[in-house]
Amino acid sequence: METVKSIGIDAGSTTLKIVGINGEGKILFSIVEDADPKVEEQTQRLLDKLKEKYETKNSKIVATGYGSNLIEADKKVTEITCHARGIYEYFKTGGTAVDIGGQDNKVILISKSGKVVDFLMNDKCASGTGRFLENTAWRLKIPIEKMAELALKSDGEVQISSTCAVFAESEVISHLSRGHKLEHVIKGLHRAMVKRITSMIYAVGFNPPLMLSGGVAKNRAVIEMLEEELGEKPLIPENPQIVGAFGAALIGLSE
Amino acid sequence: MGLKDRIKYLFSYKLVGENLIKLNTKKAYKNFKPPRNWRTDILAPPLRTGVFTKEIITKHYLEGRYVNGVKPVAWVTSGAPIEILKALGFYILYPENHGALCGARKVALEISEEAEKRGYSMDICSYARTDIGSTLSKKTPVGKLPKPDLLLCCTNICQTVLYWYRVLAEYYKVPLIVIDTPFVYDEAREHDIEYVKKQLEASIEVSERVAKKSLGFSKLKEVIRLSKMAAELWLEIMKANKTKPAPISVFDQFIHMAPIVEKRGDPETVDFYSKMLDEINDRIKNGIGAVKNERKRVLWDNLPIWYKLKFLSEFLAENGVSVVASTYTNAWGELAPMMDIERPIESMAKTYIYPILNRGTGHKLKTMEMMVKEFDLDGAILHSDRSCKPYSVGQMDQRVKLLNELGVAALLLEADHNDPRVFADEQVKSRLKAFVEMMD
Repeated sequence: METVKSIGIDAGSTTLKIVGINGEGKILFSIVEDADPKVEEQTQRLLDKLKEKYETKNSKIVATGYGSNLIEADKKVTEITCHARGIYEYFKTGGTAVDIGGQDNKVILISKSGKVVDFLMNDKCASGTGRFLENTAWRLKIPIEKMAELALKSDGEVQISSTCAVFAESEVISHLSRGHKLEHVIKGLHRAMVKRITSMIYAVGFNPPLMLSGGVAKNRAVIEMLEEELGEKPLIPENPQIVGAFGAALIGLSE
Repeated sequence: MGLKDRIKYLFSYKLVGENLIKLNTKKAYKNFKPPRNWRTDILAPPLRTGVFTKEIITKHYLEGRYVNGVKPVAWVTSGAPIEILKALGFYILYPENHGALCGARKVALEISEEAEKRGYSMDICSYARTDIGSTLSKKTPVGKLPKPDLLLCCTNICQTVLYWYRVLAEYYKVPLIVIDTPFVYDEAREHDIEYVKKQLEASIEVSERVAKKSLGFSKLKEVIRLSKMAAELWLEIMKANKTKPAPISVFDQFIHMAPIVEKRGDPETVDFYSKMLDEINDRIKNGIGAVKNERKRVLWDNLPIWYKLKFLSEFLAENGVSVVASTYTNAWGELAPMMDIERPIESMAKTYIYPILNRGTGHKLKTMEMMVKEFDLDGAILHSDRSCKPYSVGQMDQRVKLLNELGVAALLLEADHNDPRVFADEQVKSRLKAFVEMMD
């Protein structure tokens, strides 16, 4: 049975992520699940299950994310610090880390030594977050994984002027009813989202390289369009969704 | 002025009310202890002289209930040149302060909705909505506000006040004095000051007509003298925070600034701030900090978030962060040196053209940079106030400059000074916590 030295739990608004690492910081396991309303019970259930496969008796637990208040942990750290720590471990470089989550976008400036220099999060509005795409996908009855595919094969683009995640929905419907192609509209939707993220990046001050994390970093259309807008190819870890939880686990290790 | 009003005023306010309040203050001062839910584990006890803040403000609003028909009443904007009115014996009400009080008592939303129900947009300043809502519905936590006989609106804080006071003028059918203060990009030009001075002179006639008496210049000089003295004491109180640990937090200042705004020009206010300064100096002598474990020192830019003072103060104190300086509380002290008893109207023109909100964004940046150096700060919280555009404009650049040029952490916190609908506890906590981690 392998010994887990540290466990990072990222209880986000949309998904729950758990990462376990050994003493060398190597990832032993990672779990991503849709977040239950009772996140503390969900976490406990997952942790109990892990005990069957791993030695977790002396594991440090570090929690982050909106649900972290409810979780029993040795330490609570904000997502900003966790994401910065996680992404730095992957790429070992300073730069601009962008995490596009379910309801929060974070732009984090990281120094050469891995320290957070500055950050910006979206306020009061979910535009440009994962929820922006999810809402529309749900309204159009298209699986979320399909959205990027449709955007990528589109030969045109409709401008979506609303940055509001709720109003964009009605705008999409009205474009479709006026006869615009579904792909064009979906590409326009991606563009609106990417532009919103780009303006956040510039508001902090873009310092390459761009490093992406969060669930939306799995969307290839977003990646390509961000590259178009910024003129920089983003660095993306293998599993971008677990970066925050990985960072939390690493913080536990250095405790 | 009716005899009935006068008798009621003398009996209910002067004889009973005022004496009861004084008695309560005496008791509260003697048996002083922190409120039951006060976090003594992380915060120093509240200032003992704070009981006088309560006394002054309670008396002020109680007098307001009975003052119509006894003294002329003026409603004024927070940056208005009130010295002339004060010298003419006006009772002065600040709708913005009343708004802040509604916010702190957590009734501003309910009162704002009274304005919104009647068609005033949610995008209007939440002070204006609170005041118009209160005017139209008569709802107020202070019992009753006196009707104005005169309105005095000075544009040195924003342009919203112009439209807001026109609404009040139409509703109450009373004269409105507008003092238009040209924007100061760098230094005020001679003719700008002259222009404000002429308006002040012209306002005297209208004010005299409403007050039914003539302005005595010796009285005006006396008011200016007291106004200046109180402002200078206030400035001293704020400067005391250069000491480590800071003896009084900005959250305390937000509460204890009420008299410098509302009761400037009264001898009682000078007396009050001099007592408060003594208590603060005692704290310094004994090494008492407002935040028990002061690890980091930051500044606050923009208006307070009235309905979340306790939440923010405790959250930051838990993390060892003391908010020791603010551009907002500073605004009521920084102009004090400009007042000149020998040249009352001219110096008033100069004083009232220079508030921070009537100056270029570079001036605010300079003020913050000065604070970072003089108060030895680790960070800055810039409250981006949805309701106060003139205060919030420029903050994005100011934040970046503080970070890049002075190397202090700087956070832009989006909220509103009086509308709790744009404040989400969890979002704010996550941003503040990340800000603290960045300073560590």
